[in-house]
Amino acid sequence: MTADVVAIDDALAQYDPVMGLEVHVELNTKSKMFCGCPTEFGAPPNTQTCPVCLGLPGALPVVNRRGVESAIKIGLALNCEIAEWCRFARKNYFYPDMPKNFQTSQYDEPIAFNGWSEVIVDGETYRIEIERAHMEEDTGKSTHVGGATGRIQGASHSLVDYNRAGIPLIEIVTKTIEVPPAKAAAVARAFVSQLRDLLLALDVSDVRMDQGSLRCDANVSLKPSGTTVLGTRTETKNVNSFRSVERAITYEITRQAAVLNAGGKILQETRHWHEDTGITTSGREKSDADDYRYFPEPDLVPVAPSREWVEEIRATLPEAPSLRRVRLQEDWGFTDLEMRDVINGNALEPIVATTSLGVSAAAAKKWWLGELARFANESGTDLDALPVGPAEVAEVQKLVDEGTLNDKLARQVFEGLLAGEGTPAEIMEKRGLALVSDDGPLLEAIDRAIAANPGVVEKVNSGKPAAAGALIGAVMKDMRGQADAAKVRELLNAKLGI
Amino acid sequence: MSDLTRKTAAELSELMASKQASSVEVTQAHLDRIAAVDGSVKAFLHVDTEGALAQAAAVDAKRAAGEELGPLAGVPLALKDVLTQEGVPTTAGSKILEGWKPPYDSTVVKRLKAAGIVILGKTNMDEFAMGSSTENSAYGTTHNPWDLTRIPGGSGGGSSAAISAWEAPLAIGTDTGGSIRQPGAFTGTVGVKPTYGGTSRYGLIALASSLDTPGPCARTTLDAALLHEAIAGWDPMDSTSINQDVPPVVAAARNGDVSGLRIGVVKELGGDGYQPGVEARFHEAVELLTKLGAEVVEVSCPHFEYALPAYYLILPSEASSNLAKFDAMRYGLRVGDDGTNSAETVTGLSREAGFGDEVKRRIILGTHALSSGYYDAYYGQAQKVRTLIARDFIKAYEQVDVLVSPATPTTAFAIGDRINDPIAMYKNDLCTIPSNLAGNAAASFPCGLADEDGLPVGFHVMAPVMRDDLLYTVGAALESALAEKWGGVLMSKAPELVVNR
Ligand SMILES: [Zn+2]
Repeated sequence: MTADVVAIDDALAQYDPVMGLEVHVELNTKSKMFCGCPTEFGAPPNTQTCPVCLGLPGALPVVNRRGVESAIKIGLALNCEIAEWCRFARKNYFYPDMPKNFQTSQYDEPIAFNGWSEVIVDGETYRIEIERAHMEEDTGKSTHVGGATGRIQGASHSLVDYNRAGIPLIEIVTKTIEVPPAKAAAVARAFVSQLRDLLLALDVSDVRMDQGSLRCDANVSLKPSGTTVLGTRTETKNVNSFRSVERAITYEITRQAAVLNAGGKILQETRHWHEDTGITTSGREKSDADDYRYFPEPDLVPVAPSREWVEEIRATLPEAPSLRRVRLQEDWGFTDLEMRDVINGNALEPIVATTSLGVSAAAAKKWWLGELARFANESGTDLDALPVGPAEVAEVQKLVDEGTLNDKLARQVFEGLLAGEGTPAEIMEKRGLALVSDDGPLLEAIDRAIAANPGVVEKVNSGKPAAAGALIGAVMKDMRGQADAAKVRELLNAKLGI
Repeated sequence: MSDLTRKTAAELSELMASKQASSVEVTQAHLDRIAAVDGSVKAFLHVDTEGALAQAAAVDAKRAAGEELGPLAGVPLALKDVLTQEGVPTTAGSKILEGWKPPYDSTVVKRLKAAGIVILGKTNMDEFAMGSSTENSAYGTTHNPWDLTRIPGGSGGGSSAAISAWEAPLAIGTDTGGSIRQPGAFTGTVGVKPTYGGTSRYGLIALASSLDTPGPCARTTLDAALLHEAIAGWDPMDSTSINQDVPPVVAAARNGDVSGLRIGVVKELGGDGYQPGVEARFHEAVELLTKLGAEVVEVSCPHFEYALPAYYLILPSEASSNLAKFDAMRYGLRVGDDGTNSAETVTGLSREAGFGDEVKRRIILGTHALSSGYYDAYYGQAQKVRTLIARDFIKAYEQVDVLVSPATPTTAFAIGDRINDPIAMYKNDLCTIPSNLAGNAAASFPCGLADEDGLPVGFHVMAPVMRDDLLYTVGAALESALAEKWGGVLMSKAPELVVNR
C-alpha cells in the first residue's frame, strides 16, 4: 500500500507539472443561445423551455446575436483574433440531459483564437497563452434520486431540468501553461480570478461560481523534471472556486506523483474535485475511442462578424487589466512592492471599489491587506466573499476620519462586523468603542498622569520634550485606548508648555 | 353541382368566392372521397375530420362576415406527416413517434392556416423520408392511383397519391433528394422543390438539414404556384431561410410564355438506364417547348455522375445526427422502461424497436462517414463534390435560363420490386438529387404516359437559386400545350378507382 499523495515539494522536486485550463462561462444574455427562452437562474424545473431548447422534432436553432457579441468581447479582451467567418459544429454523443443528443458548439472554427493574458503572482508577471474562446450551449441538469451520494450509481431514477439547456456558454481554452513548476497552481488560480474580474468588467456574465456560471476544468499531467516526456493527463472537473483551482491542481500533482512513484500508470480520465474533502476521484475513463463525430451544424448559417462590428465592440471594451494596474499604481502612489502585495492579496478590486467611495488608497489598502486579508486567510475564504465589503470599509474609515474611532478601535469594529454583530454603529454601541473627544475627561487623565510621573515631567522641563511620549502612553492607557492620541498630545503639550 | 373533388384549387377558390360552394361543402366532399377510396390507396396516416371541418367553418364564417381572404382560403390540403401540426399526430412514418402530438405548428402549417387552407390530414411517407416508394413507412405502403399494384414514389408518396386520387386538390411535400418531384412524376401530378431556403424548415422533422425543402404538390401548375406563394418567404425561425421576396411564381404560372427562353437539356441525364417511354415523352416535350419559341441546347454537367454517392454520404451523416434525439426520454416510443434498465438501455431498446431497417442502415452509414479517420475521405470528399456540382449548375446557367431532364429514369415500379435492392432504389433519384445538393429550384410536370406501361412520365425543370418563377413559366407552357393535345390535364386519363360506399 502506497500513500495516496506525496508532499507537494517532493512531487515538484521530481516532476514538472504540465497544465492547461478550460473555463466555461455562462453568459448573462436575456435569452438562450438558440431560442427566445429566458435565462434566469432558479426558476421551477422545465419552465424556461420551448420546442427549440427541448430539441423537439422539427425545431431549429437561431443564433443569439448578443451571445456572439459577448463572445467577441471576451475574445478581444483576451487579445484574441476574431474569426472573419466561422461555423457552429455538432458534437455528437448521447446523454439524457442533452435534448438533441448533440451539443451545438464550435470545433475547428472558433470565433476567437490565438490570444494571451498576463497575471501577476508574487510580483512576477506570467503570460498565459489563450488557444481559443468558442461559443456553445449548456446542457440540461440531471438530478439523481434515491442514491446515497447524489451520483448516478445507486440512484433509483433521475430527473432532468432543461431550463439550463441552451444557455449560452463561452469556453476559454488556454494553451499549456508554462511557468516555474512551483508557481503552476498559484498562476492557475490567479488566471481564473483575473478572468472573473475581466468578465465582470465586460458585463458579459454574472460569474457566480456558486451557481455554476463559471466552471473550470483543469488538465494536469506530470513529466519527469527537466525532460520533455509528456505524461498522461487527467481532466479535473467541477472546480468551482479560485481556491479550489489551486487546491485541485496541487492535489492532482501530488496524487499523480504518488501513482508514478509507485510504478503505476496515470489513466486518461475525467476526475471530480470534492471541495469538502479536498481530493479528486475518478470519473469517466476517457479513451481514444471517444469520437464526437463533429461536423458543421447544417441548421445554422456561418457567423461572419464584420470588421466594423468587431471594431465597434472593441471601442466599448474597458481598459486592459495590465494597463489599468499601471494607472492605478500611479493614481494611488503605491510603490512597486506595495502594488505587488495588493495584487497578490487579491485586494485590487476591493481597493478600487473602496476608493470610489471616497476613502484614500492608503487607508483602503491598510484595511483590506491588514485586517480583512488576515481574516480571509484564517477562515479559508476569498477576500470578496467576506461579509465586509467596500461600503463597510468606507463607513468605518469615515468614523476614523471624523475622530470617532482610532485605528485600534476600528480594528475591533471590523472584528464585530466579521462576526456578524451588526452595523458599525451597533457594534460601537455594544462594545462601547467610541473615542472620548471631550476635553474634560482627557485633561483629568493628563493631570493624573503628570501626578503619577513626576520624573518624566522633570525630564521634559529639563529640555527633553520627547520624553512626553511616556505621558501620552499613560493617558491612553488610562482612557483604555478610547482617546485620540493626537488630541492628547495637543492638550498635554499645552499643559506642559512645550 | 359537378363533383367538387374534380376541380382545381383555383376553380374551388372561385366557386367559394362567388358563394356557389362553401368550404365546409368542399371539405366534406374531399373527406367523403377519402372515405371512399383511401382504403385502397392508403395515402393518409391520419384524417383530421373534425379539425378540417372546423377550419372550413371558420373560413366560411369569415367569408360571410366579409373579411378579406387569401386566394386559397377554404381549399382543402393534404399534409405530409413530416411537418408538425399542433395537437395532430405527427409520426414522420416512424413507429418511434407513434402517438406523438406536437405542441407547436411548423411554419408551413402556420402559413397554411393563415391563408385559410383547410388541412384534411397527414399523408404517408417513407420513414423519416428515407425512401423512394413509401415502402419504408412503418404504417404500410401507399398505392399508386394509376395502378394500385405500383408504388406512388417516395418519400412523399402519400401526398402525391392523395391529389392523384382526387382526395385533395393540394398537398405539401418535402424534397430532400426528389421526394416531391419523383412522386409527382409517378402520379401524373405537379411537384415543386423550391429553392433551398425559399420555404421554411421550421417544424419539418429533419432528415438532412442541408437538403430538406418543403414545397407544393398539385394537379396543375397554377395550383402549385398559388400554394407555393402561400407557404414561401423568409422565416426568422429558420436561419437558413432566405431573406428575399418570393419569386413571382403565380404570375409566371399565369403567363407561361417561353418564347426566347434558353433551355438546356442535361446530356448526363438520359440514355443508358432510362426507360424508352420516358425518354420518348421527355423529348416530345422538349420539341413542344421549341415550337413554343424556346431555344433548346444541350448542356453538359460533368460532375452530376458523382451526385448520387455524394448524396448518400451527406444525407446519412446529417441524418445520423438529426435522429439522435429520438432517445425515448422526452416523447415517442419507450421500450424497456421497467424500473431496472438504465436510461442508456431504454434508449437502445426503443431505437431498436422504433426504427425500421432503412433508417438503421442510414444511421450506421452516417455514423461511419463522420467517424474520426473517415471524415475526410467520406463526408469531406462528398462536400467537395457538392461544390463541384454547384459549379456545374452555375456554369450551365451562364448559357441557359433553365435545365431540363426526365424527372426519373423509369415510371412507377411495382410494389416489392426494389425494396430489397437499396442501390436500385437509390438510382430513382439520379435526376433529382443534383438540385438538392446545389440548393437550386426544380420541379416535375406531367408530360404524358409511357408507351410500355401507360404510366405517367415527369418532365424535370431546374432553375437557378430564387428563380423558382422560371419553373412555373416552363410548366405552364408545357401544361397548356399538352392539354390542347390531350383535351385536359393528364390526370383526366387516370383510371377510375373502385369506390367503397
Ligand atoms: Zn427555448
